[in-house]
Amino acid sequence: MNLLQYSPRTHTPIAIPQTTWRIGNLATFIRKHLLQSPGMRFGDKFFLFLARLAGFSVILLLALILVYLVYASLPAIQKFGVSFLYTSTWDPVREVFGALPVIYGTLVTSFLALFIAGPIGVGIALFLNELAPKRVAIVAGFLIEMLAAIPSVVFGLWGIFVLAPFLRESFQPWMIDTLGFIPLFEGPAYGVGKFASGLILALMIIPTISSITKEIFKTIPAHQREAAIALGGTRWEVMKISVLKASRSGIFGALFLGLGRALGETMAVTMVIGNRAQIMPSLFSPAQTMASVIANEYAEATSDIHMAALAEVGLVLFGVTFLINFAARILIHRMGRSQNA
Amino acid sequence: MKSLILLASLLASSLNAQTLINGAGATFPFPLYSKWFSEYQKQKPEVAINYQSIGSGGGIRQFSDSTIDFGATDAPMNEEQIGKLKGPAMHFPTTLGAVVISYNLPGIGNGLKLTGDVIAQIYLGTIKKWEDPKITSLNPGKKLAGDIVVTHRSDGSGTSAVFTDYLAKVSPSWKEKVGQGTAVNWPVGLGGKGNEGVAGLVKQTPGSIGYVEFIYAESNKLPYASLKNQSGNYVLPSTQSVTAAADANLKSIPEDFRVSITDASGKDSYPLSSFTYILVYKTQSDATKGKILVDFLRWAVKDGQKFCEPLHYSKLPKSLVSKIEAKIETIETKKL
Repeated sequence: MNLLQYSPRTHTPIAIPQTTWRIGNLATFIRKHLLQSPGMRFGDKFFLFLARLAGFSVILLLALILVYLVYASLPAIQKFGVSFLYTSTWDPVREVFGALPVIYGTLVTSFLALFIAGPIGVGIALFLNELAPKRVAIVAGFLIEMLAAIPSVVFGLWGIFVLAPFLRESFQPWMIDTLGFIPLFEGPAYGVGKFASGLILALMIIPTISSITKEIFKTIPAHQREAAIALGGTRWEVMKISVLKASRSGIFGALFLGLGRALGETMAVTMVIGNRAQIMPSLFSPAQTMASVIANEYAEATSDIHMAALAEVGLVLFGVTFLINFAARILIHRMGRSQNA
Repeated sequence: MKSLILLASLLASSLNAQTLINGAGATFPFPLYSKWFSEYQKQKPEVAINYQSIGSGGGIRQFSDSTIDFGATDAPMNEEQIGKLKGPAMHFPTTLGAVVISYNLPGIGNGLKLTGDVIAQIYLGTIKKWEDPKITSLNPGKKLAGDIVVTHRSDGSGTSAVFTDYLAKVSPSWKEKVGQGTAVNWPVGLGGKGNEGVAGLVKQTPGSIGYVEFIYAESNKLPYASLKNQSGNYVLPSTQSVTAAADANLKSIPEDFRVSITDASGKDSYPLSSFTYILVYKTQSDATKGKILVDFLRWAVKDGQKFCEPLHYSKLPKSLVSKIEAKIETIETKKL
């Protein structure tokens, strides 16, 4: 088993080989990495110990969650095997469970949210950092970060009582009339559904994306902008060359953090998605996400296999989030390298 | 200053003397139960009852793990669940509730007439429009038109269990295609989380139909349907018509009280009625707690019943109460 660690100098993962996880080895491991630090004063040693403990506790916590999820979902894994991932029936009465519709629902709503919130979030950051007068920037920045502090159930309520009726009565009928020939925009207009969830999620992740992106823009030295201006660049060209291009990998990082939040969001989505575990092409149709099916059914799940299936959905969500974050890491890493070259 | 110290010591002593009883389970009777616990505590200040409304499923799970002193569930436990218990347990009916069929049809108030079979066909997706002759023939003179938007609970719930139990009784094709349970594979429709979620969907979506607990329809001012019962009468949900459903079926209620009274016989019976239960182990290992539980149950099924109707719950029929009281006396508390 290898523990991934990031080398501070090169930012590349280095592997610490760990052959077996016996208690004896664990003790040596702890002694070696947590306690031993030669040639340091006590205060430094103690601080190093605390910092390392904090670092390792994250890994330990992740491992424990993973172990528990696997343990809790074992009955479902044994019964359904891989078919859990690609079948579409979710029937608690007959105890047949397939997670494909909820995986689909999670991915569609999250990427829809990213698609909407990405440009807006980056745009906000550009405006606040590059264009807006300082006072406007401070006030607007503060207000946008306030968005992040709103509880998700409030977003959900707003979604049910304001957004969904608006979508059902105005926006969706119009879209269905004009673009309804494309399966993506087929009727009927329920208001609630994937589209409403995507919009709500977009609202929720905009502050994440914009505030991180803004911080990244701030780190760009003024002389880079001055250089672009000196070359005769327009305002847009200055932003494009010296700001956006230089912080590409940072922007991607911000986007993926936003996506991570969208993938796991439960309450607001459950309230506006229509909760229907079925794969339908139209963005206006109801769907179900992994987080929402767990929130919906866990409290009243009576049979063991139903509980196990819900735990396995949690495991799959864990896996999907991990895969996406992993892909993002690789992407950002590659970008970073091409930037330096 | 002296009085303050006195007060503090009084408070401290009363806190020390308090016995805490923990319960968890069904959300449906929660408003009534919390009223009961606070009323009961007024009489018995030395007792505090803590109830977590985490859902019937969770209540049964915690009860069978013995992490709580009593459980609460809407649907009685099935054989599989009973098999997992740590010992013999008892079901005590505490009150009755109704599930009502609500709809959003402009200009139509309470009392749209529906039969179980028509509801099953709507929820199976075979009846798609309000102007379907199967609906209009039941409601001559009412203007019905447009697509039906079906709504149901997305979370597992006792409400869904009662509703699907009824549909499975009256419609063979529902029984075959969908079945009965706290969560089922709905053939059509939108899911809302919780009674408030379904009530919200129905309230906002023209042409919608949904099922909610009686009190949610009342508090959201949603209209509800009158349903055809076994005797062929159309009955509106009310605290009386629900008690009538239990009363008419007293003979068929078994010794352990585990019974479904949906689709009840009797001319005044509302067909979507059900009991809700408190679960207690027959042998109480903690004598103090056991005695309190027995005393509380005695109080709840008798004096406590007067709090039912103001909260839109239905009283237990009188003849059933005496049966339950006799059963409560069979709880065994080990001597100290």
